[in-house]
Amino acid sequence: MNRWLTLAGAAALSLACSPVFAAVNVFACLPEWAALASELGGDKVSVYQASNALQDPHRIEARPSLVARMRSADLAICTGAELEIGWLPVLLQTAGNQKVQPGKPGFIAAAELVDRLEIPTRLDRAEGDIHPAGNPHIQLDPHNVAKVAAVVTQRLQQLDPANAAYYDTRGKDFQARWQQAIGRWEKEAAPLKGLRIVPYHKNTVYLSHWLGMSEVMYIEPKPGIPPSAGHLSELVVRLQAEPADAVIRTAYQDPKAASWLSEKTKIPVVELPYTVGGTPAARDLFGLFDDTIARLNKVKK
Amino acid sequence: MFRKNILAAAVATVFVVPAFAFAADDAEIKKIREEIESIKDGYETRIRQLEQRLEKAEQSTATATPAAPAQSAPASANAFNPAISLILGGQFNNLQRDPGTYQIGGFIPGGDEIGPGNRSFNLGESELTVSASIDPYFSGFFVMAVTPENAVSVEEGYVHSTGLVPGVTLKFGRFLSGFGYLNEIHAHAWDFVDAPLVHQAFFGGQLKEEGLQARWLAPTPVFLEFGLETGRGANFPGSERNKNGVNSGMIFAHVGDDVGISNSYRFGASYRVAHAQDRPYDDFDASGTTLVTNAFTGDSKMWGVDLVWKWAPNGNTVDRNFKFQAEYLRRKEDGDLVFDTAGLTPAAGASGAYRSSQSGWYMQGAYQFMARWRVGLRYEELDSGNTDVGLVNSGTLTAADFPRLAQNDPKRTTAMIDFSPSEFSRFRLQFARDEARFNEADNQVFLQYIMSLGTHGAHKF
Repeated sequence: MNRWLTLAGAAALSLACSPVFAAVNVFACLPEWAALASELGGDKVSVYQASNALQDPHRIEARPSLVARMRSADLAICTGAELEIGWLPVLLQTAGNQKVQPGKPGFIAAAELVDRLEIPTRLDRAEGDIHPAGNPHIQLDPHNVAKVAAVVTQRLQQLDPANAAYYDTRGKDFQARWQQAIGRWEKEAAPLKGLRIVPYHKNTVYLSHWLGMSEVMYIEPKPGIPPSAGHLSELVVRLQAEPADAVIRTAYQDPKAASWLSEKTKIPVVELPYTVGGTPAARDLFGLFDDTIARLNKVKK
Repeated sequence: MFRKNILAAAVATVFVVPAFAFAADDAEIKKIREEIESIKDGYETRIRQLEQRLEKAEQSTATATPAAPAQSAPASANAFNPAISLILGGQFNNLQRDPGTYQIGGFIPGGDEIGPGNRSFNLGESELTVSASIDPYFSGFFVMAVTPENAVSVEEGYVHSTGLVPGVTLKFGRFLSGFGYLNEIHAHAWDFVDAPLVHQAFFGGQLKEEGLQARWLAPTPVFLEFGLETGRGANFPGSERNKNGVNSGMIFAHVGDDVGISNSYRFGASYRVAHAQDRPYDDFDASGTTLVTNAFTGDSKMWGVDLVWKWAPNGNTVDRNFKFQAEYLRRKEDGDLVFDTAGLTPAAGASGAYRSSQSGWYMQGAYQFMARWRVGLRYEELDSGNTDVGLVNSGTLTAADFPRLAQNDPKRTTAMIDFSPSEFSRFRLQFARDEARFNEADNQVFLQYIMSLGTHGAHKF
């Protein structure tokens, strides 16, 4: 009996100490939103990051561990715009958590807060895996991050009013540092205007739009469709006719196609972090943009 | 606005001043004119640019307001349409043995999804799925299957609610039972063309329940789920009993977690009880020519354990991944067996005790070795046990009167390779050596296609 009591006590204690009982439990679908939640919530939030930079955000498994974490979440921050459509609905349907259902204060779909690019005019799967709400890879424009940050701060205050002043201070501090950084990045990236790039997938359009780069072609023939040998040879011919400055590959993508293309065309491959954790230097959101611009600037020199 | 006025004034001054320079010659006047034009153009461009910047600034302050989404969804009545998707499937079968003689020897057959199907081209079931939120509390889910014989059936039709009580998910209506792992997954998401033999023998394909399912997910960092299911139990191994109350009950539990970044698993255990009343099956009597119908009445108790383990390098499933899954099931049936209910033989209507304890398992792996391509291997075994038939023990009839109940250990080995041009289409080639019949092996080849139209479905673990 005594042993059982001790065990039960230990179990209760470990539950009490686990992050489940922190002020606000944040479930971040993607690394960029986990980093943002940590910046804005400090030690008043416990952030669970559901995926990492080496995983394709479209194709995360709805693992039991994710369902378990969604169960205890107070705030879920995801991209939305159907980026997570292959896995997020399962988590929301099976976790039994009303707080984080879409429409509730505990759910943020970041893509709904910004001006989305590439909203398709023709909705047809023959165009590949397109998203009706527009391109969902919004985090590579820092102005978008600022807009999402404003909403995250507001929701944290709403969900945890006791610490509202704390979130306010942290939010203002972040926005000030962020705006300053944007100024710096725009200056550093000035030479990148007009840079002609060949990304693997349409996941850098917000970056290109922000910095004035032009995405001349893509390694994927259609979004979500891996390139065939025929398509790659066609790219080589097209790139010989109108050369580009860089072939872009982000951390989670298979390097083979990009390096093959680079070998054939002598156009350098630039590996971009895409999100927080994608390269060793992209440790946080500031590092993400520092490193992205530094890596792109190398081809310009 | 103010800036624009200053600029206009400046431009005007530039125009007026040269009017007094009458001493200048024609060439000089022309040159000055050109200069003025270029200055004018320059200012106009700058004004345009300023206007654009102002507009942009106004826009960004508007969108920075947190409460107002930048682009709201289209507000038409059409937007409330439920999500609709359609699965088109079919296969080309090459079967060594006549599929009409197919049986899982040693097991009382039931349900309608036993065997490899017909030879040659076969249209599979076309599945139409319609789903939507009903209100803030419920969502609805409807799957209609149109069989190749042009019959329409409701595969699933249930109401779902999640989190009304924290951690609790409710389902009611008709749904695929939560017994084990594979049963809940729709056939189009399976790694092989057909259901494991043990599911064909114990469920007659897929076990559907008409009733209620409740699950509770514990608020722990490790996935820990408990569930219970109850219903009419009218499908095999239960049967329609024409009684009030419920006819089947089930409990199940799941535990799951990640092991490092690359591995994750789910382990489950289930126990189900159902009752059968005059559940019929056909068999030949000792003459070997008269097809008689026998009927079982009694309890059917079943328990099972299941494991699914998934691996992907760094958790990135796009290029390579591996999935292992295995289930073990044991079923005990206890009750009475009536011989020849239609009265075709002298011993018609004879009744005696019936007791069986049977088990089966399968183990399978599917490996995606490069984007779009997977190979898979499955091995399975059943054990019919020694069925205890009272009518045989008492000498009323002989074991030869129940050929289907003879002892048998069916086996099957299956290999497959599939190619998915996109997330929405898949082609599969499958070979199987099926030893389910008594003392007879059947070599089977299947070529299958599965196409999904419409809404992008989310997949369970």
